[in-house]
Amino acid sequence: MARIELNNIEKFFGSVQVLKNVSLTIEDGEFVVMLGQSGCGKTTMLRAIAGLETVSSGTITIDGREVQDLKAADRDIAFVFQSFSLYPHMTVEENIAFPLRAVRSSKADRVAEVKEVAKFLGIERLLPRRPSALSGGDMQRVAIGRALVRRPQALLMDEPIGALDAKLREQMRAEIKRLHIARNSTSVYVTHDQVEAMSLADRIVVMHDGVLQQVGAPNEVYLHPANLFVAQFVGSPVMNIADVAVEGSGTDALLRVGRSEGFRVPTATVSHLNGSPAKLGIRPEAVLLSREPGEGFETETTNVEPLGSHDIVDVRVGDETLRARCDSGFARGDGEKVWVTLDPARAHFFDAQTGQSLRRTA
Amino acid sequence: MAEVKTTREVVMNRAAIAAVFVALIVMLTPIYWIASTAFKPRSLATTAPPTVFFEPTLTPFAKLFVRRSQMREPVDQETYDAAPWWEQLIYDDGESVVRNRRSGEITPSGYWDRYKNSLIISIISTFLAVSMGTLTAYGFSRFKVKGENDWLFFILSTRMLPPVVVAIPMFLMYRAVGLHDTHLGLIILYTAFNLSFSVWIMKGFIDEIPREYEEAALVDGYTRLQAFIKIVLPEALTGIAATAVFCFIIAWNEYAFALMMTNRNAQTAPPYIPSQVGSGLPDWSVIAAGAFLFLLPVAIFTFLLRNHLLRGMSFGAIRK
Ligand SMILES: Nc1ncnc2c1ncn2[C@@H]1O[C@H](COP(=O)(O)OP(=O)(O)OP(=O)(O)O)[C@@H](O)[C@H]1O
Ligand SMILES: [Mg+2]
Repeated sequence: MARIELNNIEKFFGSVQVLKNVSLTIEDGEFVVMLGQSGCGKTTMLRAIAGLETVSSGTITIDGREVQDLKAADRDIAFVFQSFSLYPHMTVEENIAFPLRAVRSSKADRVAEVKEVAKFLGIERLLPRRPSALSGGDMQRVAIGRALVRRPQALLMDEPIGALDAKLREQMRAEIKRLHIARNSTSVYVTHDQVEAMSLADRIVVMHDGVLQQVGAPNEVYLHPANLFVAQFVGSPVMNIADVAVEGSGTDALLRVGRSEGFRVPTATVSHLNGSPAKLGIRPEAVLLSREPGEGFETETTNVEPLGSHDIVDVRVGDETLRARCDSGFARGDGEKVWVTLDPARAHFFDAQTGQSLRRTA
Repeated sequence: MAEVKTTREVVMNRAAIAAVFVALIVMLTPIYWIASTAFKPRSLATTAPPTVFFEPTLTPFAKLFVRRSQMREPVDQETYDAAPWWEQLIYDDGESVVRNRRSGEITPSGYWDRYKNSLIISIISTFLAVSMGTLTAYGFSRFKVKGENDWLFFILSTRMLPPVVVAIPMFLMYRAVGLHDTHLGLIILYTAFNLSFSVWIMKGFIDEIPREYEEAALVDGYTRLQAFIKIVLPEALTGIAATAVFCFIIAWNEYAFALMMTNRNAQTAPPYIPSQVGSGLPDWSVIAAGAFLFLLPVAIFTFLLRNHLLRGMSFGAIRK
């Protein structure tokens, strides 16, 4: 197992820059998930670590050894592709044994190792089959088996379960987690599915347009998004973002969202803004609705999405719409009168120009 | 399971079957003609109307392989009884084998030598065209080649000229460098001729093989060459088989250049067989026997590769 370090990686395809000054350290035994939209450079990043793509500048080290100029074969890393990863002309057993044949291990060793991995993954009965006779989930189990059999320094996975249906994805997610806990292999996992990222990662790396936006534990990324992009990318339903003006002084300040009456909040929670133009970010669970008159002000619902375990209710706040997460059955339809408040402790503020988070210092 | 078909579908289906049947008759009749003539005695070969029912004989094949002469007087019984069965067939037909004056050995006709030449030249040139084509196609498919499209067009353009146009200059050049009437000469010619075809077809097939297959092998510790041999080649087998069949057929059937570029030593069967028509009164059943044997290698080769071919012909049409 190994520690992987990326230092100032840049990658150009022709004149298009796909990776911009990426630096990241992946600790020994850590499970890092790269999260980002399609086309943001996740695959390119992973391929660069594996040696399937050269980098234009920067260094990659594995356990202190610089590898950016080494061939893929010499980096001792395994890669699980999103698709097409099993050789159709070989049986499952031959597929899993294939990496072992590269290092010329003896036949008896190979059979034993393949057996062990297959047992670990619960795919023993599939060994004599051809890949064409496997289900999608089994195919990826075999692909993971092929990656693990060599006991590589690190395991790279590029959306390994992205092509599966939702139910199977959930099941495979759990299996991959179990596998990581059992083997404790240094792993880099690429996905555009934030639920997958949150549930698997020790640390999440959020990427956008070839730039690392934020690196942190799933909770931290969720609770303290570093900028507007991360705030809107992580979490479902998406965080509410609204223009906000802060007024007043004394103990209470007034948060005017979308030129509404405004929410009364303790001044301490907004004092660091210094009145500069900002955007408010607030997750639906921090938008509180009530049928009883109380704090906040009265408004009406505009849309209800019943989701079974809870409902998502849209309410008008000035000329903005905020989405709130409510108990199911809270509102029955549009145009119902409700009282709305915000939980100031869970409000985020972002610089209106740069989109960077404005966090309270101290 | 019984399928429910509309009247329209039934009619279309019948029409399709009828069309296939007609096409089959049109294509198989010449082959039937050659095959049946090859087993006919000389007397029945050119009857009008053609004889359909006859007792098949191997005499034409016996005659095909040896030099013969018209017998002036019947062979004496002793020699006849001592002769092997195929020689007896020739005597039965009123001809005798030509023997070497000194050694007394039977002199073979030119057929087997020409047939061997055809085999050697076709097999080697097919092998070269397919292997070079596969490697070239792999390079074009997987690596960034400067001016890739221009190169590919250039390769294709070598096939745009009708070959006969370059025949005379080729002939003069071959004479000048001593490639005239050599096996090597024809092998080079056919390889060059088939190469562009081979590159283009193989590029199509290799493009269809996902890069991830090789990349997985590269990450797993294999070199690119090993990945090519262990992964790309097996996956491209269908394409290789289809390309090989086409190249082989083209080389095997080639007539014009073989006629011009060879005369004895390296002559192939296609110019040889018709040349037998001209020597004396043509013995059509012997010529048919020669043509019949000439059909066999392509038929066998295609038959052996039929599974690959079927998949190869429909490549691109079916996606996994
Ligand atoms: N070989 C290449 N040549 C040119 N451009 C490329 C090449 N590979 C990738 N790109 C470009 O680089 C960008 C990043 O691609 P990459 O495959 O890394 O994205 P990704 O984050 O993995 O996206 P996805 O989620 O769709 O897989 C894309 O805009 C893509 O078009
Ligand atoms: Mg990708």
